[in-house]
Amino acid sequence: MAKYLLLKHYRGAPASVNDTPMDQWTPEEISAHVQYMDDFAKRLEQTGEYVDSQALSPEGTFVRYDGEGRPPVTDGPFAETKDLIAGWMIIDVDGYERAVELAGELSAAPGAGGRPIHEWLELRPFYGVPATITE
Amino acid sequence: MDEALLRSLIPDVLGVLVRRGADFAAAEDAVQDALVEAVRTWPDDPPRDPKGWLVTVAWRRFLDATRADAARRRREDLLDEEPAPVPAPAADDTLQLYFLCAHPSLTPSSAVALTLRAVGGLTTRQIARAYLVPEATMAQRISRAKRTVSGVRFERPGDVATVLRVLYLVFNEGYSGDVDLAAEAVRLTRRLATEFDHPEVAGLLALMLLHHARRAARTAPDGALVPLAEQDRTRWDTASIAEGIEILQAALVRDRLGEYQAQAAIAALHADAPTAAETDWVQIVEWYDELAALTGSPIVRLNRAVAVGEADGPRAGLAALAAVDDTLPRHTAVAAYLHERDGDLPTAARLYAEAAGKASNLAERDHLTRQAARLNQRPR
Repeated sequence: MAKYLLLKHYRGAPASVNDTPMDQWTPEEISAHVQYMDDFAKRLEQTGEYVDSQALSPEGTFVRYDGEGRPPVTDGPFAETKDLIAGWMIIDVDGYERAVELAGELSAAPGAGGRPIHEWLELRPFYGVPATITE
Repeated sequence: MDEALLRSLIPDVLGVLVRRGADFAAAEDAVQDALVEAVRTWPDDPPRDPKGWLVTVAWRRFLDATRADAARRRREDLLDEEPAPVPAPAADDTLQLYFLCAHPSLTPSSAVALTLRAVGGLTTRQIARAYLVPEATMAQRISRAKRTVSGVRFERPGDVATVLRVLYLVFNEGYSGDVDLAAEAVRLTRRLATEFDHPEVAGLLALMLLHHARRAARTAPDGALVPLAEQDRTRWDTASIAEGIEILQAALVRDRLGEYQAQAAIAALHADAPTAAETDWVQIVEWYDELAALTGSPIVRLNRAVAVGEADGPRAGLAALAAVDDTLPRHTAVAAYLHERDGDLPTAARLYAEAAGKASNLAERDHLTRQAARLNQRPR
């Protein structure tokens, strides 16, 4: 009963072990990768641990307030430098150990050569509700 | 149509079916069918004995479903066993349902979901909203839980601690969505207490009532946490406090102390003080000693350090804190508080900010950040 965010990065995480860019995989390898992710999500639905998942486009823009009566300033994208989130999955599990176990499984998605990517996934706990008995 | 009445009958009816030998998952389906039927027909044709009506209809539905299955032999066995039309005493059936839904083979989250569904009578959607997960996820969690306990023989396991733990988890989740889980936990524990005479059940009920009584004063209108010492005590629910204390005292005289009774005793001492300054911290420390002996929990020792700080001064509190594992989530927050009481404001401010970074919920993070900001306030 703790929610965690699994973050996949385009950029910003340490390099994967099997670090061949996706555009150099074979189409079959890409399909296998996508299939693995879908199966993973379906399996979590079955165990009652799935909350949500979304993929994000690499295109992003920084936006900033620029003072009264003026349109917000936009800048970027900074695709070459900034940390880029590729997508997320939210899980609701019984504890941290289970979250780590699932993140490990997701990181094992097949990549080039059909071998696991071993990519780094960022695991972030959600803020929970304040326990009724703490004061 | 009294939906609260209908809901309160669910565990009784389900308990009767399961006791008669129905598989748990099938029994639950049959009871849901019977409830739908009740909602449809009762407004025009209310039964004289609602529970008897539900048992009869649910049992018929269960038999129909069983007949529809290929398992003919099982059906024949069940027909042979069909008991007299008068339902067995409800209390025992409901009690066993509590134990089944909190069975040790279930994970905590599954046990919580199944208890709310089967004993609490909540819909899957209500439970999903309360825990902020998709309805499909909660439906899977519940159906897996039902499958897990389906093979469990329906007899009373000896361990009431599991049941109490599940109810405590429900209570601690507070509330979100359209179901007040804390109130639901109080309701289920109250019911358990009427059917199961056990000092720890009474202890948990007292603990919940005492905490629930302070709820209106725990948060400011903007949602910010209000520390116990700063709460407006006129907003505490005195009837609930009185009831909690009475239940606790009756439990304590039986001389079978357990962790919930000890926690309730601490809550009672807080609730009893007319002002924060008049809190009997010496007695609270004694109860923490009892609690530490019962549980060996490092969190109890952490809370004890706070109480020692109040009873014997911040230096004594810091000394007690030094003996507690400093990786505990709220260790830094306690250290910050004790340093502030001791007059070391820069250290306190630094520790409050550090504690805010480790907080596990937003209200606590914001509260700790405000504490740091208060001490760091720039002169204007």
